[in-house]
Formats: sequence, structure tokens, C-alpha cells
Amino acid sequence: MAIVTRVVLDILKPHQPNVLEFASQLADLGVNYNVNLVVQEVDDKTHSVILKISGERLDFDAITRHIESMGGSVHSIDEVDVRGEESKEAVAE
Amino acid sequence: MFARLRYLIELSHAHRIARRYFITNGFDGVLTILGLLMGFRASGLASLDVMIGACVGSAVALLMSGLTSAYISESAEKAYELHELEKSMATSLEDSAHADAARLMPWLVALVNGLSPLLLALLILVPLLLAQQQISVGLPPVDSALAIAFFLAFLLGAFLGRLSRRFWLWTAVRALAIALVTSLIILFINRFIGLS
Repeated sequence: MAIVTRVVLDILKPHQPNVLEFASQLADLGVNYNVNLVVQEVDDKTHSVILKISGERLDFDAITRHIESMGGSVHSIDEVDVRGEESKEAVAE
Repeated sequence: MFARLRYLIELSHAHRIARRYFITNGFDGVLTILGLLMGFRASGLASLDVMIGACVGSAVALLMSGLTSAYISESAEKAYELHELEKSMATSLEDSAHADAARLMPWLVALVNGLSPLLLALLILVPLLLAQQQISVGLPPVDSALAIAFFLAFLLGAFLGRLSRRFWLWTAVRALAIALVTSLIILFINRFIGLS
């Protein structure tokens, strides 16, 4: 199964948790997750943000579940980087 | 579990609401017991048991009133805020931390609102309870209780000053002045209706 190493998501989120807390919680989801979050638009109660998250092996379902648990909703997946899983023989070598 | 609770409190700003309720209802509790004690002192007729019974009864009534009123108002307010947020997000937030906060935080705020007058009232009553157990504190029990009530009003004022980043002594003296004026009004009314 292909391994997701980077995604760029367009997200609508409430003001709370703030962007720092929002990004930090996502970074804590896995080992060596790198998170970049850019606010695109600020409305009365919401922020539109572009989230870039990369890592050796991203758990995409966990990321989207956690975004929803923080009140956010994923509008679109704008970019993805994936690589094919290495075969057992290649790993053994 | 505590980390989750702290996160929900920060998310909903419940700490600010609870702090406000602690001061307002705590001050209510102090003034209520102060009023009762001033009334008993002015009449000079009530026994220790009657005074304790009346004050504890009032404190429990303040607890129940604080619990229910804060829960009803805060749960309605939080449900409204969640609904407004859902409208802005154009999606249901039922499974989010915001929904958890909207369900849980009214309980926390209600607990603070109910317990603050009860605990402050019980603190004021300590000299009466000690006197009931034949333990002397040096001063007459009612006078000692009144002194504690004035001191607590002063402390609540000081706490308010620290929160509002104003000079704490000014807000503390103002709260103390309110307690003193309340006592004078009670004394005046008692004298006017011929109780003292």
C-alpha cells in the first residue's frame, strides 16, 4: 500500500483552538510530523487555512479525524506526495 | 483526563466565566451571611443554634441557586454559541471538542457558582461552629464571624483588582465599603423598626 509522505489541505476551522495549538496538536499525531499552517482568510468566527503536513509515513485518516475533533473541516486535498511501499526483499537487503 | 479537561476549558474560555461567577456569587454569599449576622446581632435575641441553622440554611440555598441558575444560563449560552459556530462552519460539530466543551463546561461553571457562596459562608460561620463546640476564639463569636465576613469581602475585592490589573487596594477597599454600607443599612432598618 502506498505511503503518504506529504499532503496539502484547504481547511476551514473555528478561531479556537488557535493556529499554533491546531498545528501543534497535528504535529503530535506522529513521529517527525512537520506541519506548516498558513491563514488565508479570517472571518467573524472562522479561519480558512492551508495546512501542509509531511512525514515519513502520514496517517491520513488520523489527521482528518483530529482536524474534525478540533472543529475543522477539510474543504479539499490540494496536493499529495505518496511513495510505493518497499518490498520485503528490498528492506532485507 | 486532566489535559483534556484543561484543553476544553481553554477552548471555551470557561476559566474566565468561572472566575467571574466565583467573585459575583462569592460576594453574594458573603453579603447574605453578613446580613443575617448583622440582623441577629441587632436583635440580640437569637441563640447560637438558631443563628447557625439560619446561616447554614441560607448557604445551602445559595449553593442550590448558584448551581441551577449558572447551569441553566450557561448551557443555553453554550448551545447557542455552538449553533452559531456550526452555522459559520456550515457543518455539524457534534463530534468535536467544541460540542464536548458545550456539554461539560456549564457543569464546571455551575459548580464554581454554587460552591463559592457555600464555602465562603462556611468560613464566616467557623467562630459560631467553634463556639457551639465550646471552643473560645477570644472575641464574641458573632463579632468574630462579622470580622471574617468583612475580611473576605476585602479579599474578594483584592482578587478582583488583580484580575482587572487595577490597584488591588482600591478595589479591596471598595468591596469592604460595600459590606460596611450594607451593615449600616441593616442596623438602620433594625433600629427603625424597633428591633434594637
